[in-house]
Amino acid sequence: MAVKAITGNRLRDGVVVFLGPDAGWVESLDGAALFEDAEAAEATLADAKAKAERERFAVDIYLFDVLIQDGRRQPVKMRERIRALGPSVRTDLGKQAAA
Amino acid sequence: MNHIAPGRHAGVYHYDEIDRRFITERVEQFRQQVTRRLAGELSEEEFKPLRLMNGLYLQLHAYMLRVAVPYGVLTSTQLRKLGHIGRRYDKGYGHFTTRQNLQFNWIRLEDTPDILADLAEVDMHALQTSGNCVRNVTTDQYVGAAKDELVDGRVYAEILRQWTTAHPEFTYLPRKFKIAITGSPNDRAAVRAHDVGVLAKRNEAGEIGFTFYVGGGLGRSPFIGKLIKDWVAEEDFVAYLEAILRVYNQHGRRDNMYKARIKILVHEMGAEKFGAEVEEEFQALRGPKYRLPHEVVEEIRANYAPPPFETLPATSLDFEQKKAANPDFARWVAVNVAEHRAPGYAIATISLKPAGGIPGDASSDQMDLVADLADRYSFGEIRVSHAQNLVLAHVRQDDLFALWSALEPAGLGTANLGLIGDIIACPGLDYCALANARAIPLAQKISARFADPERQRAIGELGIKISGCINACGHHHVGHIGLLGVDKKGEEFYQITVGGDPTLTTAIGEILGPSVTEDAAVDAIEGLVNVYMEKREGGERFLDTLKRLGPAPFKERIYAAA
Ligand code: SF4
Repeated sequence: MAVKAITGNRLRDGVVVFLGPDAGWVESLDGAALFEDAEAAEATLADAKAKAERERFAVDIYLFDVLIQDGRRQPVKMRERIRALGPSVRTDLGKQAAA
Repeated sequence: MNHIAPGRHAGVYHYDEIDRRFITERVEQFRQQVTRRLAGELSEEEFKPLRLMNGLYLQLHAYMLRVAVPYGVLTSTQLRKLGHIGRRYDKGYGHFTTRQNLQFNWIRLEDTPDILADLAEVDMHALQTSGNCVRNVTTDQYVGAAKDELVDGRVYAEILRQWTTAHPEFTYLPRKFKIAITGSPNDRAAVRAHDVGVLAKRNEAGEIGFTFYVGGGLGRSPFIGKLIKDWVAEEDFVAYLEAILRVYNQHGRRDNMYKARIKILVHEMGAEKFGAEVEEEFQALRGPKYRLPHEVVEEIRANYAPPPFETLPATSLDFEQKKAANPDFARWVAVNVAEHRAPGYAIATISLKPAGGIPGDASSDQMDLVADLADRYSFGEIRVSHAQNLVLAHVRQDDLFALWSALEPAGLGTANLGLIGDIIACPGLDYCALANARAIPLAQKISARFADPERQRAIGELGIKISGCINACGHHHVGHIGLLGVDKKGEEFYQITVGGDPTLTTAIGEILGPSVTEDAAVDAIEGLVNVYMEKREGGERFLDTLKRLGPAPFKERIYAAA
């Protein structure tokens, strides 16, 4: 099943963040809010952008596609997979290292 | 702020109080800008151009800080500082780029003012590493040491650095502007692949002058720089460049980012017409204000006085014996060491391309080690090459064994300079926000496949260059074999080109056929190498065999099976 999630980079340190279910931001894709409805996703994106700029929390905010397979979340595009995990050539670094 | 004076004998420009004040003021300005951004007084839209003017990009995982290494020359003090920044503010490493700069990948915005202050302590900064300005002027990594050098390119690169820094007319050009200078007839700086390429030379009277190539550049539309003037006298150096920039500033396309580089203007206008307009501008502005006084040149040249070389015999028995006794050392010397102009000295390249490694990456510990070795063996000076390696330019032949013995255990003793393992690769999709595909894993797979040093030597000179997108930071167009990452319906594919040449005989590689997957690209390289090995004649290099036979047999080998 393909759904959408919202991501950005945290302003103060650039860390990849995802919009969580309660309009707060989380660092892991596992905690991100997922949207099955594209329109709802767009509406939430607009709110999230405005709020993030107001609160100076995150920048470069956008939607991306996530595939759910066997209950696991995997971004459709390699770019987003790498953002969610860290560089594929340094698995000792980034979010994948903390996991 | 405590200034730590760079090495006395290192071939870097020595800042004066004015330079230092300027840099320090810029750091404080940026500190305030960051504070205002974090406090909400500046919006992202207002802040972004300010951070870019200080070399700070937002990439996939974090901010990336691009530190300027003017014409690729560093003192050991500066390299140690970079190692320190990597350790303290990043994740213990940095990435040397094809622009002879250094990038840190994991930078926090809130730390950046402190990092810039740290850099300023050693006369470094991140200015003009982004934005539509004149970027870091690059030059030959063997400058001041090469046997074939006619003119010291650092002197003129430094003059341009001073001339263009904060120059109001050059701060908002239609697009970024890259200049490369070489002072040797064997171009090691890929000058014709730049917006302006300068070949410094001497006339029969021994006077210094410059040949200008304009409108070269890779990226979406690759062009080879066109010759627009064969001889510009030294005193007119700045005036002529100013004239080029003025014509560009006036006619360059600001309405379309993809057509804004000078190469498009030169292409559309024609080199002849462009050259004529430059000439007209040049004649108009030539005069006392733009004359480069000889005294100023000499004052700057004094920064690059040769280090105090010892008088040594041209050959050393001890060195020859060490080579005879140790084949690995002998191989490293044969591959990575170049002739020096001073008897008894040599130029040693430290490969940042171990088999299976990440091209251009160096850990903070490696930076510290190289800085220490530079102090011990090369007058405290290090160069960064556009091929993403480091160079110790003035090593006594007698010290080469000790140098190599210290490099080897740190993973820095790979003997592959100019060989198939010496791959240029941009950060690609592992780090870069603009990428279509990864570049590093492909480089790793190729260098691992060809890890055998004897096989590499048997193959000989072969430059593979990989870019993760059409911006071509990995210079794939001028690779003997070029690989360009493309996105095909969400999958990473690679387009293969052959026949590129970064030297003065510049050529843009020809696309061989449809793009292929990463694994198929590694096999394709093997196929290309095999065709060459089977068909080469005499002392032909890959490029020579390709020229003689044309791409057909190479193409056939790769695509026949498909
Ligand atoms: S070539 Fe493209 S992917 Fe590679 S560093 Fe440049 S912009 Fe990024």
